[in-house]
Amino acid sequence: MTNRNPDKLYRRTFLREGLWTAVLTALAAAAAALFAKSRRSPAMVWQIDPLKCIACGRCATHCVLNESAVKCVHAYAMCGYCDLCTGYFVPEPKELSTAAENQLCPTGAIRRTYVEDPYFEYTIDESLCIGCGKCVKGCGAFGNGSLFLQVRHDRCLNCNECAIAAACPSQAFKRVPVENPYLLKDQL
Amino acid sequence: MSRIPSVLWILLWLVVAAPALSVQRFPPPEFENEYVIPSPTTPMPRSEIYQAADVVVLTAALLAASWLVLKKRSRRAIVLLMLASLAYFGFWRKGCICPIGAIGNISLALFNSDFAIPWTTAAFFFLPLVFALFFGRVFCGAVCPLGALQDIVLLRPIQIPLWLETPLRLLAWLYLLMAILYAAAGSAFLICRYDPFVAFFRFSANPAMWVISFAMLAMAVFIPRPYCRFLCPYGVILRQLARFSKLSVTITPDECIHCRLCENACPFGAIDKPTVEWPQTERSKGRRRLLLLMALLPVLTAAGAALGYALHSKMAMSHPVVRLAYLTGLEQKGLLKELPEEIKAFHAAGQSSEVLCRQADAKQRQFAVGGALAGGGMGLIAGGMLIAGSIFWKRTDYQANRGSCLACGRCFNSCPRHRLRLKRNQQPEKNG
Repeated sequence: MTNRNPDKLYRRTFLREGLWTAVLTALAAAAAALFAKSRRSPAMVWQIDPLKCIACGRCATHCVLNESAVKCVHAYAMCGYCDLCTGYFVPEPKELSTAAENQLCPTGAIRRTYVEDPYFEYTIDESLCIGCGKCVKGCGAFGNGSLFLQVRHDRCLNCNECAIAAACPSQAFKRVPVENPYLLKDQL
Repeated sequence: MSRIPSVLWILLWLVVAAPALSVQRFPPPEFENEYVIPSPTTPMPRSEIYQAADVVVLTAALLAASWLVLKKRSRRAIVLLMLASLAYFGFWRKGCICPIGAIGNISLALFNSDFAIPWTTAAFFFLPLVFALFFGRVFCGAVCPLGALQDIVLLRPIQIPLWLETPLRLLAWLYLLMAILYAAAGSAFLICRYDPFVAFFRFSANPAMWVISFAMLAMAVFIPRPYCRFLCPYGVILRQLARFSKLSVTITPDECIHCRLCENACPFGAIDKPTVEWPQTERSKGRRRLLLLMALLPVLTAAGAALGYALHSKMAMSHPVVRLAYLTGLEQKGLLKELPEEIKAFHAAGQSSEVLCRQADAKQRQFAVGGALAGGGMGLIAGGMLIAGSIFWKRTDYQANRGSCLACGRCFNSCPRHRLRLKRNQQPEKNG
């Protein structure tokens, strides 16, 4: 290369420069198109449509996080505050008490507190909830369906492709705008 | 509310289908005391400011990497930057977001009008590409957390012979084309799903992925950066762009003295040796082989396209709609003993099978076109590699191959010219 004339434009140099410019232009065009598109629509995050969810239990096992980002959420406004809560108690409970043998939740994540006769409030302890959906199934089957599963966005990594969405049998996962990242059942 | 008799319990379990219907079976009570009905908490996602911060960190890391690789020429500084990137993009950000996985987002956004990606994702995808056009693969060398993890476990490198390296590179092409096809069709983000190192960043994965991850890491002890060289789909794109980058890594800071000391410095086989002119007899032989390979190119392309088309219905099964249509088909034939959750949910939702079949057929057609294109592409690339391998490239010096060089900086210290320059730079300090 040393004996080449630096002022002369060689074919290889010309081709390289031309290709370089073409690729840079193509990249810029693609980026501009995508940026323009992203300006038109808001950023999205994953959420479960509670009306489609069948509480199959895969949320507990398919999330990339070891303790799923999906947790049970309680729409208190829909709750009947039943003494015999079918989301809280196993079928045919021995007695309506907080004893572990009566509880449907495998981790005891539902707190039952007395409000007034005959009403009880049920609160989810999210640090214990694993998102298995057993209570959701029980509540939906016999109760008002006020318990439902939601992706909790303080935990969700917002993966490119949600691993649970890929495994969801009822295709209940969808992308929702980041400003409004929850699909609360009492507000649907 | 009294206890429901046990028979009724069982009956109810049987009768009421699984879907959680929002039926107000029990009207919400009107409390007499001043109990206020609480509302569910809604913790918000990570704010966009942090995502913008990620882009800033990426840009800064790429600028620093370019300067360290091309100007400062210090392997130690490159390693430090690499470790910092590993800590930030790997362990702190848990491997998400990364430009490699962003291939999926970009493909989906390009092929689907209703899916848009955040500007930060697009920036993550395009920034390293632009840097590759200017400075070569500085992203691979000092910024990519996956590369960093493989680089630090490389203890007993073995050289991969060229005849094996080139065909193995085809794997990465295949991975790239499949990833684009699956993402564009809305089936899966393959790159993210089978990312072999994200398990270490998150300390969590399913058992199969743990096996793959540890196998890949164990392989990386002996085979230098196996994922980067033979699988990474983003690496394929970077390699093509780095081929004609404005600046690139040079082994020597000034001139090559043909001392051969750098010959074994690169564990990635990215150092091109000076070539010897072919004798006249070899030339005519080479010319004949080139003509033959050029004739083979369309044959390979057609064969690849045919193979891709033949496999399209298998690939289409990756899409949930196609799978569901297949399952309903089995159900209608009475081949399913136990109904899977998918079928139960489909029936509960009350959708018609005809609509489902139409959707599945449309997906099948997409995969037929995509499969043929990807297969044809693979044939074309394989043919292209064969042709490129049989062309004589004139080289007078030892130089880093622009496409293959991962900008790790290992070769710098092997060059006596580099050491001499370092010595000269240190001298004035000593005298002063």
